[in-house]
Amino acid sequence: MLELEDIQHYLLARPNAVIAQYNFITFHNAEAGRKWVEALIPTVGTAQSVLAANPNDMRWVSLAFTWNGLQKLGVSEEELATFPEAFRQGMAARAAMLGDTGINHPDNWEDNMASEDLHAVVILFARDKDERERCIKKHQEYLDQTPGVEILSTLLLEAVPPLDYVHEHFGYRDRITTPVIEGMVIGAKGEVAISTGPKEESRIPEFTSTSPGSHLPSKPGEFFLGYPDETGVIPLQPQPEVLSKNGSYLAYRKMQEHVGAFRNFLKQNGKTIEEQELVAAKLMGRWRKTGAPLVLSPDKDDRELGFDNQRNNNFDYEKMDPHGYACPVGSHCRRMNVRDTSVSRIMNRRLIIRRGGTYGPYLPDDAPDDGANRGIAVFAGCADISRQFEFLISVWANDPEFEHLNERDPFAGSIDGAFEVTIPKRPIKKKLKGLQAFTTVRGGAYFFLPGIKALKYLASLQ
Amino acid sequence: MSDNNNSWATPAALALPKEGYFELESGRYGPTFPKTPANYGFTIIVKVKEGREDIIREYGKTIEAAVKDSPNVLEPLKLHFLRWVLFDVGSGLHFMYQGIFDTDFDKYMEDAIALFNSTGVTTVFVNLEGFPEDWKTNIDAVTKFFREHQRPSFLEYGEYPYVSAAEVKSALKLKAAFSEMLDQMQ
Repeated sequence: MLELEDIQHYLLARPNAVIAQYNFITFHNAEAGRKWVEALIPTVGTAQSVLAANPNDMRWVSLAFTWNGLQKLGVSEEELATFPEAFRQGMAARAAMLGDTGINHPDNWEDNMASEDLHAVVILFARDKDERERCIKKHQEYLDQTPGVEILSTLLLEAVPPLDYVHEHFGYRDRITTPVIEGMVIGAKGEVAISTGPKEESRIPEFTSTSPGSHLPSKPGEFFLGYPDETGVIPLQPQPEVLSKNGSYLAYRKMQEHVGAFRNFLKQNGKTIEEQELVAAKLMGRWRKTGAPLVLSPDKDDRELGFDNQRNNNFDYEKMDPHGYACPVGSHCRRMNVRDTSVSRIMNRRLIIRRGGTYGPYLPDDAPDDGANRGIAVFAGCADISRQFEFLISVWANDPEFEHLNERDPFAGSIDGAFEVTIPKRPIKKKLKGLQAFTTVRGGAYFFLPGIKALKYLASLQ
Repeated sequence: MSDNNNSWATPAALALPKEGYFELESGRYGPTFPKTPANYGFTIIVKVKEGREDIIREYGKTIEAAVKDSPNVLEPLKLHFLRWVLFDVGSGLHFMYQGIFDTDFDKYMEDAIALFNSTGVTTVFVNLEGFPEDWKTNIDAVTKFFREHQRPSFLEYGEYPYVSAAEVKSALKLKAAFSEMLDQMQ
């Protein structure tokens, strides 16, 4: 059973927030860093407290550290060496392998993300702007008390209008497929609860475990350290146990979205709004505004299907669309979740829990591109950075050999300059060439999200 | 499609440096090896534990049966061929495992190990010297084992270079379809 009173809420329960701020932190010395951690611990939401809370209760933060940060706080070299290589090296050092080259290279990253002085991130959630101002002020008070801790950079996350559905700047509906952990249940509106048994479930009848066609619930060890994973056993963990138990890794990714280039592309490849929506759907694998899957609705959008979580994941590729005539083999959804195809038999070991949101100003549908920096800033939660996050990015997003396509993922891929998209079609496939990248990697880092006892351990280091 | 138009029509050979690669490019688990006219591949050579020859030979039949029962079991590995050889040139019995496939081994390492476990191939590996005792829980150690025993080629040749197994199968399917079409037109 998951220790909900010790696990940070971040990957298990979403607070009822439409605004968040990431504060990226550097410690000038260990003592100041530890003091700052100690001061913040009472504000860190546990999975238990967030799940039990009143929807208006928004006083929580999430707190995570880079390997350099753990070192700076005084974790011993011997213990630091027990953390996996990917985390020790950090994302910037692994850029070539991930595919972050050219304009996506860490040399071009923002917010001091590639800096060795990046030690921690604190995520502040808020229900509205006033609440955010209060949180920022409060955090500044903590910082004022500990002069050896400084903000390296900040990023404001805010939902993009229209607010009636969750989406990013391109307008694609988000949060349709989320991994479910054994004992965790997802409700009709995507709410999360933890089931402790039949009695608990009967109290929340609107919750069902997984929607038809979704992944089977994952073993907790796929996302939280110290629990059995899909192999049935508890894998080796960093030491000491008090530091690793109930922790997770977070792979941070800031992707700028070139909304003007994207909209131009749609206009160039579709004469009518309907045609443009079809092209947008072909890139994603789902219809833009509803998330209705192309496999089930290949020719036109279907709002009812998109919002029906008993049906919107209930499809496969091998039997229903083997050639990709409905959902192109290179579309984002089909690359990131290969479902039943022969690409992988261990999809259950490649899952991540995605958190985060959009940054930058909203660009209204009819406005020309203003060149502003806007995009998504997300954290991929997992128990093994290399097997889960790095595999998805380096192989399924960025490997040109994926299914012999000679392409990269149109959204998650690191595209430097022009690229191509293949849309399977009878009698012959349609190949769109010379497209400009829709996204650019603007930052990234690996963090460790410790449990509450581990935070206390870090604060008490000598 | 192959890398270049009709590149399959001209046989090609490629000599490789001692390291097995021209330029060091790191994958998730170590250096990656380049695609050659014989595509990607590995050659793993490991000494067999004393007295285990019969167990390993017996396992050949188990794998044969596993593939017969489920012909697509190894599909995710994008394989062309696998060769298992036992030999002794005076320094004890050694096991050679050679594979030719269409993707760099580094990329699908976890898929390969999961398949080794599910098909029982791992049962062969535990009879090899140095295979980690904690192979069930320690994927990194298993990966390291394969990496340490990989012997890169210094020459690779392809009669139809750079062609993937999928392309070969697709060409043969096309041939069969044409043949069927001609039958129907009689």
